[in-house]
Amino acid sequence: MGGYGDVKLLRDDGKRLDGRTVDEMRPVSIEAGVLPAADGSAMVTHGLNVAVAAVYGPMEAHPRKIQRQDRAVIDVRYNMAPFSTGDRIRPGFNRRSREISKVTAEALESVVLVERYPRSKIRVEIEILAAEAGTRCVGITAAAVALADAGIPMRDMIVGVASGKIEDTVVLDLDKAEDNYGQADLPVGILPNTGEIAFLQMDGDLSIEEFNLAMEYNFKAASEIHELMVDALKRRYERGDN
Amino acid sequence: MSEGQVGAEQRLVTPGMVIGPSTGKHAGSGAIAQNEEFIATRLGWLNEQNDVVSVRPINSAYMPRSGDLIVGVVAEVRNNLWFFDVNGPFQALLPMSLAPWKVEFGSTRQHLGIGDAALARVQEVDEAHNMVLTMKGIGLRRLNEGCVIAIPVNLIDTLRGENNSMVSRIRDLSDCRIIVADNGRVWVDGDADNMFTVRGLIQTLVDEGHMNNFEDAVHALEQQRGEN
Repeated sequence: MGGYGDVKLLRDDGKRLDGRTVDEMRPVSIEAGVLPAADGSAMVTHGLNVAVAAVYGPMEAHPRKIQRQDRAVIDVRYNMAPFSTGDRIRPGFNRRSREISKVTAEALESVVLVERYPRSKIRVEIEILAAEAGTRCVGITAAAVALADAGIPMRDMIVGVASGKIEDTVVLDLDKAEDNYGQADLPVGILPNTGEIAFLQMDGDLSIEEFNLAMEYNFKAASEIHELMVDALKRRYERGDN
Repeated sequence: MSEGQVGAEQRLVTPGMVIGPSTGKHAGSGAIAQNEEFIATRLGWLNEQNDVVSVRPINSAYMPRSGDLIVGVVAEVRNNLWFFDVNGPFQALLPMSLAPWKVEFGSTRQHLGIGDAALARVQEVDEAHNMVLTMKGIGLRRLNEGCVIAIPVNLIDTLRGENNSMVSRIRDLSDCRIIVADNGRVWVDGDADNMFTVRGLIQTLVDEGHMNNFEDAVHALEQQRGEN
């Protein structure tokens, strides 16, 4: 068993420190079209996480060396605001944000119909305003809603969600303490309509059974979040009388 | 969704949503066929006509097609051509041979400078988005007066109305010259008060266009003008 043995993350009644059951997600709310200047935008609140995503484009890809003659490139910039955590984060890019930007871009490229826009660039800016574990997943969800809001054609709307392991128990949607002191973390990007996985990372060890259970939780949560995403877009554009 | 919509069924779809079985039908824009089902690829209103299932997007970038009437703004001038910003992902090129004037090599700046607006037509677009404009044609000219208002591309059809009926009504009630270009730019020219009125109407369309409030606004203004 890895992690920090002396930190107790499960209560005696089997619930987690914040009172959730093992397969319960933090509350999620999504709003589309929050930024007037962007072509598409979204804000996702997931527990204490707050992420805002803005999409610009398709536009001419600059510098020219990044252009692809047969498809668009997706330029993702993931950034955590200096005030997003208790300890101030030094502003600007760092190794972590570069990694997350890269994996997010690759995940989005697999759903966006990039071949429709050769030589172009679609710019996706993800800003984490408040962080409480699982920001990359919240960022991906926000980016998917913002892309849909911008009218970018996609095969599906990708949903970011994570499960993990604490005290040898598989749990859905780790909070900060569980992320810091738990044994494993499994963030995935799921395409809810086809059940495909566009992005998967694993930190820590899971047995095959634990992995399967974690994925089961992830799929269940993804369909719940997907409903909220669709609802957010509908609320923005539903006709007149509601 | 409001009940009793006139015409086709109005159903809002989101990317990835299964629209229905694909047997005997064709996928139009905004839809793809996958495993004998149609999947929406865009956020928009579902449209089905003559066995073609398509999605009318709510928000989309301007994608040029040859023959489009556009309002362009000069972004760059070379000795023998102009580059126009046409509200699309790429700049368009107007060679001096397709300008309406007799242009000598090196004298392009005397006809159109950076920031000038012009009415042009798309001559050709290739698969890599290279785009050539022409200003040879009836009505194509440099726009010396009036103002250019930007609207989302998907609202152009609403602003024009059936057979340009809506734009004609706005022309009549405002006494302005109005050209609705295909690239989401509207050229309006008239006296200042009337241009202000048209601007207000177009703003209503931009803000509330997806809720069918635009026609009511035009109608209200027509009645108001009729009374005065």
